[in-house]
Amino acid sequence: MSLRLLRVLPLAAMLAHPLHAASALQEWESVLDEARGQTVYWHAWAGDTRINDYLDWVKRRVRDEHEVELVHVKIDDTGSAVSRVLAERSAGNHDDGSVDLVWLNGENFAAMKENDLLYGPFAEQLPNFSLTHPEHNPEVVTDFTLPTEGYESPWGKAQITFYYDAEALDEEPPRNMAQLLAWAEINPGRFTYPRIPDFLGSTFLKQALIALADDTDVLYEPVVQSDFEAVTAPLWEYLDALHPHLWRRGRQFPANGPELRRLMGDGELSLAFTFNPAEPAAAVADFELPESTRSYVLEGGTLGNVHFVAIPFNSPRRAGAMVVANFLLSPEAQARKQDLAVWGDPTVLDVTRLDAETRSLFEQESDNPALLPPEALAETLPEPHPSWMTALQDAWQARYVGR
Amino acid sequence: MLRLAPLLIVTLLVGPILAGLTMALLPAFGYLPALGGERLSLAPWRELFAQPGLARSVAVSFASGLVTTAVSLAVVLLFLASVSGSRLDRWIRRMVAPLLSLPHAAAAFGLAFLIAPSGLLARLVSPELSGWQRPPDLLIVNDPWGLTLMAGLVVKEIPFLLLMSLAALPQFDPERRVAMARSLGYRPMTAWLKVVVPALYPLIRLPVYAVIAYATAVVDVALILGPTLPPTLAVSILAWYQDPDLSRRLVASAGAVLQLGVTASALAVWWCLEGLVARLGRAWLARGGRGQGEQPLRLAGKGLILLASLTAFVGLAGLALSSIAGLWRFPDALPQAVTAAHWLRALPTLAGPVATTALIAIGATLIALALTLAALENEQRSGRHPAEGKLLSALTLLYLPLIVPQIAFLFGLVVVMESLGTRPRLWLVIFGHLLFVLPYVFLSLSEAYRRFDPRWSQLALSLGTSRHAVFWRVRLPMLLAPLLTAGAVGLAVSIGQYLPTLLLGAGRIATVTTEAVSLAAGGNRRVIGVWALVQASLPLVGFLIAVGLPRLLWSNRRGMRGSL
Repeated sequence: MSLRLLRVLPLAAMLAHPLHAASALQEWESVLDEARGQTVYWHAWAGDTRINDYLDWVKRRVRDEHEVELVHVKIDDTGSAVSRVLAERSAGNHDDGSVDLVWLNGENFAAMKENDLLYGPFAEQLPNFSLTHPEHNPEVVTDFTLPTEGYESPWGKAQITFYYDAEALDEEPPRNMAQLLAWAEINPGRFTYPRIPDFLGSTFLKQALIALADDTDVLYEPVVQSDFEAVTAPLWEYLDALHPHLWRRGRQFPANGPELRRLMGDGELSLAFTFNPAEPAAAVADFELPESTRSYVLEGGTLGNVHFVAIPFNSPRRAGAMVVANFLLSPEAQARKQDLAVWGDPTVLDVTRLDAETRSLFEQESDNPALLPPEALAETLPEPHPSWMTALQDAWQARYVGR
Repeated sequence: MLRLAPLLIVTLLVGPILAGLTMALLPAFGYLPALGGERLSLAPWRELFAQPGLARSVAVSFASGLVTTAVSLAVVLLFLASVSGSRLDRWIRRMVAPLLSLPHAAAAFGLAFLIAPSGLLARLVSPELSGWQRPPDLLIVNDPWGLTLMAGLVVKEIPFLLLMSLAALPQFDPERRVAMARSLGYRPMTAWLKVVVPALYPLIRLPVYAVIAYATAVVDVALILGPTLPPTLAVSILAWYQDPDLSRRLVASAGAVLQLGVTASALAVWWCLEGLVARLGRAWLARGGRGQGEQPLRLAGKGLILLASLTAFVGLAGLALSSIAGLWRFPDALPQAVTAAHWLRALPTLAGPVATTALIAIGATLIALALTLAALENEQRSGRHPAEGKLLSALTLLYLPLIVPQIAFLFGLVVVMESLGTRPRLWLVIFGHLLFVLPYVFLSLSEAYRRFDPRWSQLALSLGTSRHAVFWRVRLPMLLAPLLTAGAVGLAVSIGQYLPTLLLGAGRIATVTTEAVSLAAGGNRRVIGVWALVQASLPLVGFLIAVGLPRLLWSNRRGMRGSL
C-alpha cells in the first residue's frame, strides 16, 4: 500500500502547490486547444444498448463542450482492439494508429503494458483525476494489483453481485461457496458460470479460489512465485464436485455474463451473477428479467475492480483522447453513468470528498427491490495478480475442454 | 481493354489472398518481429497441438464440411428430381431468393431460438403436452458434435445450391433427356437422377466445393450454433487472434494454416467420394433398373426442402416476435405484452449503419458486375470458352476466395495493408467485400451470359450495328433479369460479411452486420431480434428489385422477365 501511495504523492504535491497547479492548468489549456476539431476513435465493447446510449450522450457532450468528435467503434471483444494496435505496430505504424482510446480491464491492460502498446503517463494530467482522490482510493491507480502509473484513467467500478428470481426460489439463496455447492445439488441445472476464458467466468474462478484457498496472500504475487498445483487443488476439487450439478451438467457453459442474464430471463437458470451491481435492476426495467428479481453479495465480500480507459502508443489524437477521458471523470458524466435509468455503473469519484452540491448529483432513490443499497457493496475483495487469471484459464481449459 | 478483364479479376482476387496467407504462414513458424519473434521455429505448432480439445475441434470442422454439403446436395437433387411443376414447386422455387438473402447469422439466431430448450417449439408444447413448467435441461443448441451447427448450415446452403442448379439446368435441356428416358420406360424420378444428375453435377461442382470450404471454416454460424468445449477450429482461431495474451497470435497463425489443411483435406475426401459415387453410379445406370418406390423419395425431396425453408422462416418469425416482446416468460407461447420500446431505441442508431451497408454493398456489387460483364463479353468476342467445370482453368482462380477460409488469410491481409501504409477507409472495406462478392456475381451471371442465343447478336451485327452497340443495346437489355439477380446475390453476399468489414475497416466502418454481431455479444434477444430483422430485410430489397424491375420494364415482353 505504501508503495502505491508514494507513486501518487508527487501528484498530490503538484495539486497542492499553487505555482505547479497554475502551470498544470496552462498545460491542460494547451491540450484543450490541440484537441479542438480532432476526431477520437474509441474502441469499446458494444454489447449493451444502455452503454451504447450513454456513449452517444458522451459524444454529444464533448462535441458541444470541447469540439471533439467522438466515434464509438463498436467491438464485441476488447481483445480485437489490442490485436489491432499490435498489427499496426508489426507493420511499423508508430504514429498514425487507428485506435485513440480503448476501454480496458486488467487482463488487457497487463498485456498492452507489457508490450509497450500504451501511451502515457497521462492520467495525472487530467484535471478531474484528482476527484478520485487516489491517495485514499488506491484501487483507481491499480489494475489487478499492477500499478497503472498513469497509463490508464479510471472510468467505473464493478463488483460481483448475485441475483435470483425470488418467486422461482423456495429457499434462501446460497451465501457462500459451500452453500452454493449444496444448493446446486438440490437444484440441478439451475446455476452455471460463463465459460473460460470469458472475463466474468474467470472472475468466478478467482472468487472461488479466494474462498477455498488456505493462503490467499500468494494470490497477490505473480503466480510463478507459488506452487500453483497446491494452491489451486481445493478449487479443482470443488469444481469437480460442482460441475455435474450445473446447467447442462457442466458439459456446456454460456458464453458470457449477458448470456447468463438471458438464460435467467428464459427461466433456464434460477441463480446467476454479474459484474455490474445495477444490472439486475436495469434488466427488470428492460423486460429481460421478472420483477421478482433480487440481488445480493456473498458473505465476506466479492471481487471488485475498477475499469479504465487508455490511449494506445500510436494514437495521433492523444489530446482529443485525453479530453474525452477527462470528461468521463467529470461529476456530470460520472453521475449520469451511475444513474440506474441510464447505465447504473458505479462512480470512481470519491463522493465523500465532493462538495455538497456536486454530491447531490449522485444521490439515487433506492426503492428498487432488485437493486442493492451501496452499503451492501462495502466489502470488496481486491483482484489477484493478472498472472493468476491466465494460469487459472489455462488450467481450466486443460481440465474441462474436449473431454 | 476488355482483354485485360480476366487478368484484372484474377490479380484482384488472388493477390490479396496470397499476400494474406503469407502473413499467416510466417508467424505460424515463429516469425513476427513485432513480438520479438525473428527466427523461424516450430514452437507455435507445438503450442497449437498442446491446446486442449484441438483434435475434437478439427474433427467437428472437418465433419461439418462434408455432412453439410452431402445433406444439402442430396436434398436439392431429390427436390429437383421430384419437381412436377405443381403450385408447391413454384412456391418453393420462389422461396429460394429470400432464403438466400437471409444472412447466415440471422438464420442461425432464428434456429437457436426455435429449438433451444426454452425456445419457441418448447414453448408451444409446454406445459400442456410436455408437462414442462420450466425449460428442460437438454443440450440441443451448441451440442458437442456440431449437429445443430450442421443443421443451421444446411438450411442456408440448400437455397444456394438450388439457385446454382437452376441456373445450370437449362444448359443441357433436361426435359428432353428425361422425356427420352421415360420413353424407354424409366419412372420420372429415376429418369431424372439417371440422365440429368450426371450432366448437372460437373456444372455445380465448384459451388459444391465452395459449400464444403465454407462449412469447414465458418465463424459466425459456429459462434451461435456450434459446439463450445472446444469450439470449431475457426472459432478457436478467432479467439486466439483476439486473446489479450499477444503471444497467442503465433498459435492463431499456426491454427490458420491448420484450418487451410482441414479445408483442403475435406475437399480432397469429397473429391475421392466423387470418384467412388461415379463408379457406383455407372454400375447403377448400367443395370438399367426402371425405378421403384419413387413415392417415398418424392415425398422426401419435397418434404425436406419444405422443412428447411419453414425452419428458417419460423425461426425468423420468433425473432420478430422477440423484437416486440415485453416480459416473455417460459412457457408462454406468446409474450405477456408487446412493446415498441426495442425498435424505438434502435431507430435513431439504424440510419448510419444502414446507409453504410448500402453504400458498401452497392459499391462492391457494381464493381463486381462491371468486371464480370467485361470478362464475359471478352469471352464472347474472343470466342474462347473456359473449360467449364474443369478444375484447372484460369477463371477457376475466381473461386479462390470461396475456397480459402477467410480466417486463414484476413488477419494477414490486415498486416499487409498496414505495411503498405493504407489506413482503414471505406474503399478498403469495399475492396474486401469485392473479394467475396465478385465470385458469387460471376457464378450467378456467367451461365445466363454464355447461354445467350448468339443469333440475336449476329442479327444485330448483320444490320450494321457495332459490337459495342450490340453489347449495350441488345445483350444487356435482354439479360436484364439475370443481371439484376446476380446483382441481388452480390448485395446479399456483401451485406452478410462480418470479418472483412471488421478487420479491414478497423471496426470504424459500422454496418448493420457489425452492429448486429457486437450487440449479439450482449445476449439480449429483443435487441438481436431488431437487428437481425433489419439485416435480413436489406438484401430482400435487392431481390424485390431483381424480380420487380424486369416485370415493370418488360411488361410487354414476357420472355425477358426472368424466371426467378
